[in-house]
Amino acid sequence: MQATETTSPALIEADRLMVVCNSCRYCEGICAVFPAMEMRRSFTAADLRYFANLCHGCGACYDDCQFSPPHEFNVNVPKVMAQVRAESYAHYAWPRAAAKIFEHNGLAVALTAALGVAAFVAGFVAWTDPSVLFGTHTGPGAFYRLMPHNAMVLLFGAAFSYALLALAMGLRNFWRDGKGAEAAAYAAAGHDAATLRYLDGGGAGCQDGDGAESDNRRLFHHLTLYGFLLCLASTTTATLYHYVLGREAPYPWYDVPVVLGTLGGLGLLVGPIGLMREKAKRDPATKATGLVGMETAFVAMLFLTSLSGLALLVLRETPAMGLLLAFHLGVVFALFLTLPYGKFVHGLYRYLALVRYAQERKSGP
Amino acid sequence: MTDPSERMYDALIVGGGNAAMCAAISARRGGASVLVLEAAPKFYRGGNTRHTRNMRCAHDSATETLTGPYTEAEFWTDLHQVTGGQTDEELAKHMIAESKEMLGWIVEQGVRFQPSLGGTLSLGRTNSFFLGGGRAMLNALYRTAESLGVEVLYDAEVVGADIRDGMFLAASVKRGSKIKRIRAKTLVAAAGGFEANIDWLKQYWGDPADNFLIRGTPYNRGTVLRILLDAGAHPIGDPTQCHAVAIDARAPKFDGGIITRLDCVVFGIVVNKHAQRFDDEGADFWPKRYAVWGRLVAAQPDQIAYIVFDKSASTLFMPSLFPAIEGQTIAELAAKLGLDTAALEQTVARFNAAVRPGTFDSTVLDDCRTEGLVPPKSHWARALATPPFYAYPVRPGITFTYLGTKVDKTARILMQDGKPSANMFAAGEIMAGNVLGKGYAAGIGMTIGSVFGRIAGREAAKRASN
Ligand SMILES: Cc1cc2nc3c(=O)[nH]c(=O)nc-3n(C[C@H](O)[C@H](O)[C@H](O)COP(=O)(O)OP(=O)(O)OC[C@H]3O[C@@H](n4cnc5c(N)ncnc54)[C@H](O)[C@@H]3O)c2cc1C
Ligand code: SF4
Ligand code: SF4
Repeated sequence: MQATETTSPALIEADRLMVVCNSCRYCEGICAVFPAMEMRRSFTAADLRYFANLCHGCGACYDDCQFSPPHEFNVNVPKVMAQVRAESYAHYAWPRAAAKIFEHNGLAVALTAALGVAAFVAGFVAWTDPSVLFGTHTGPGAFYRLMPHNAMVLLFGAAFSYALLALAMGLRNFWRDGKGAEAAAYAAAGHDAATLRYLDGGGAGCQDGDGAESDNRRLFHHLTLYGFLLCLASTTTATLYHYVLGREAPYPWYDVPVVLGTLGGLGLLVGPIGLMREKAKRDPATKATGLVGMETAFVAMLFLTSLSGLALLVLRETPAMGLLLAFHLGVVFALFLTLPYGKFVHGLYRYLALVRYAQERKSGP
Repeated sequence: MTDPSERMYDALIVGGGNAAMCAAISARRGGASVLVLEAAPKFYRGGNTRHTRNMRCAHDSATETLTGPYTEAEFWTDLHQVTGGQTDEELAKHMIAESKEMLGWIVEQGVRFQPSLGGTLSLGRTNSFFLGGGRAMLNALYRTAESLGVEVLYDAEVVGADIRDGMFLAASVKRGSKIKRIRAKTLVAAAGGFEANIDWLKQYWGDPADNFLIRGTPYNRGTVLRILLDAGAHPIGDPTQCHAVAIDARAPKFDGGIITRLDCVVFGIVVNKHAQRFDDEGADFWPKRYAVWGRLVAAQPDQIAYIVFDKSASTLFMPSLFPAIEGQTIAELAAKLGLDTAALEQTVARFNAAVRPGTFDSTVLDDCRTEGLVPPKSHWARALATPPFYAYPVRPGITFTYLGTKVDKTARILMQDGKPSANMFAAGEIMAGNVLGKGYAAGIGMTIGSVFGRIAGREAAKRASN
C-alpha cells in the first residue's frame, strides 16, 4: 500500500505480506519482526527494510503459517524478507555504485581482488629477490622481509580505512531512516545481538524443513561472530605490540595475539562451513533466489582468511611461508574491500534495527 | 509402512486436526497401534485446527502465559451463558474439569504457548495462545505422534464404513482413484463438522447457504458424520446452529482463515442491502458478540451487509486483510457500495440524530448510546461525522457446525437406542453439539477436541486391548 517510494517487487510483496501478517498476528511471539510490524497499520519502504533487517531468516514463521504456499494467500515471510534485506544492503551502501559491482558476482570480485593482491605481493618480492620469496625466515620481523612493515601498513591501512568509511556511511544511511534512540536501547540491542536472541525460531531453534528444528545455526553463527571478534582483537593487540611495545611479529604461539588469532581462526573455520551447510539444508522455498553473490563472498573470504592464517602459523618456519603470506594478505585485503557491500553489514544493520526496535517498544514508532 | 489394508489396527483415527491428533497420541501412549486417516494432502492437514489461535482451559492460578485464575465454576458460567443453557450439563462439567489437565498435557506433547501480547480479544486470562498459531501446534502434535509410532496417511478420505449393530469393523478409504478397506478394533471419529458441504447446509438454510463463506478447511464435508448417523448413531444438536461470524465479503469461498474477520462492528453501524440497520451494534463487547453477527447477516436479504464507520473509528480495531472502501461523503460511499444513496444518508442521519452525548471508552460498556432509535445502539454510539467514511462488506462466515453424534463421558458414541456403541468414539467438531447447543465462546473448539480426543484415544486403547 505504502511502499510506493520505490517499485522493487520485493518491497511491494513485503508490503502485501505485512498487511496479511498484521491482520493475523499468530507469529507475534516468534521474533521481533512481528511486534515491530504490529506497531503500525501501514508500512513505508524504510519500515520494510527495518523489518527485513530484524529477520534472521529462521523459517519458523513459514512452517507455522496457515497461508504459506500452496495456499492462495502465498505467505512466505523469510524469503521475501531475505530479498528486501539483500536489497537494503545495496540501498544503504556507500558509494551505491560499488554495491552494484558486488551484487551479482561478489565471490568472483572478491577472489579476483584476493589473488590480484597476492600475485602483486609475491610478484613484487620475486621480482626483486626470488630467494626471499622461497626462503625460510624466522624470528621477529620475518614477515617484513617479504613486505616491509610500512608497505603493509600503507596497503592495509588504506583498505581498512576505506572499509571503515564506507561502512560508516552505510550505517548513517540506514540510521537516517530511523529515529534517535536512548542509551538503554543500545544496551538492550547489544544484549539481543550478542546472544542472537531472535535466531531461535521462537525458542526451539531454526526450522530445517519438514518442521524439524535445531539450534545449529545459532551455534555456527556464534562461532563465526566471536571468531571474527577474536581475530579483530588479535590484530589490535599485535598492532599495539608493534607500536607501543616495539615487538615485531611473528610472535610465539603462546603469546596473546597468536592465541587470540588461533582461537578466532578456528571459529572462523568451523563457523562459516557450518553456516553454509545449514543454509544448504534449509527449505529451499524460504530462501531468496539469485542473491548468493555477496553472501558467499563474505563467508568465503572469512573462511580463507582464517585458513591461510592458520596455515601460516603452522608453516611459517618453512619455505612455504612466502607464498602463504602473500595469499593471506591478498585475502585479507579482499575481505576489507568487500566488508561494506556484503553480508558483513547485516550484523551492523541488524544491530541498529534492534536498537530501533528496543526504542520503539518503549516510546512507539 | 506395511499395506494398511492388510493389518488390523487397534485404533483407527479418522481426521487429522486437534481432536484426531490428541486421540492418536493418547491411544498410542495407551499401547495401541494407531493409524490416522487424513482426507487432506499433507500441507492442508489438520482441518480447521490450522487456523486456530488459542484454547480455553480452566486453571486455578496465573501461569507464565495466563494472566489470572479461571475456575471451573467461572468456565461453566460462561458456557452456560453463551449457550443459553443449551448444553449437556454433566458432559460439559466433565469437560471443564478435564480441561484443567489439558494445558500441561498439551505442553508435554511438544506444543508451546506464548504470552498473549496484542489483539483486541482480551483473552489473556482465560485462553492460552499457541506460539505460532494452530499450524505450529499441529506440527508439534504430528512430530510427537510420529515419533511414538503413529502412522499417518494423507489424501485418505473415509467414504464408507462397515458398521454392524453399532460395532465398527472396517472403513472404506479413498486414495486417488482406489478405494481400500481398512480394519481396526476401534474407531475414533474426529473428522470435523459438515460446514464445507454447501449442499448439506442448504437442507437447513435453503438457497442463502450459497452465499455463505467457509472460514476454514474445504475438507470438512461431514462424510463421516453422515456415515455414523446412517449407521444408527444418535444425532445431537440443532442442524441450523453453527459458529458463524460476519467476515469480509471479499474473502475466498474456503480457507480464508482468521484474517478476513472484522471486529469494527461495535464502532460503527451495520446496514443491509437496503441501507437499513437491523440490530444493536453496541449490545456487548465484541468477544461476546462476534459469534452472533454471522447469523444476523445470514438472515438479511442476499446475506450481505455493510459495516459503516468514519475516520474517528478507523484505528480502533484490528487491521484486516482487505482495505476498507472509502468515500469523502456518505453519498460517495453509498455509490461505491452500490447502495441507495438517499437511503444510506437517511439511515446515517437518523442514527446521528439519536446519538446522546457520552464519554467514549472502548474498554468498558460506556454511556455513548442512542435514544429513540430502533434498533438502538446501546454503547459506543458516536455520530458518523468525520470524513472520510469507510465501509466493509460482510457475509456470514461459517466456522463450524453443531449437528453431531451423541457421546457419553468416555467419548463413546451413543446409538439411537440409547446404548453406547461397542467400539466407536467421537471427538471434536463432530460431537461439539453435545456441549454447544448454540452460541460460542472463544477457544472452546480446541477444548472440546483436546479433552474428548484425549479421552477417546485412551478409551479406544483400553477397548482394543480387551
Ligand atoms: C478461522 C478459524 C479460527 C478459529 N480459531 C479458533 C481458536 O482460536 N480457538 C478455538 O478453540 N477454536 C477455533 N476455531 C474452531 C476450531 O478450529 C475447531 O473447533 C477445531 O479445529 C475442531 O477440531 P477438530 O479436530 O474436531 O476438527 P478439524 O481441526 O477441522 O479436523 C478435522 C479433520 O478431519 C479431516 N476429515 C474430514 N472429513 C474426513 C474424511 N471423510 N476422511 C478423513 N479425514 C477427514 C479434515 O481434513 C481435518 O483434518 C477456529 C476455526 C476457524 C475456521
Ligand atoms: S507468517 Fe502467516 S501465521 Fe505468521 S503472522 Fe504472517 S500470516 Fe500469520
Ligand atoms: S523467518 Fe524467523 S526471524 Fe524471520 S520473520 Fe520469520 S520468524 Fe522472524
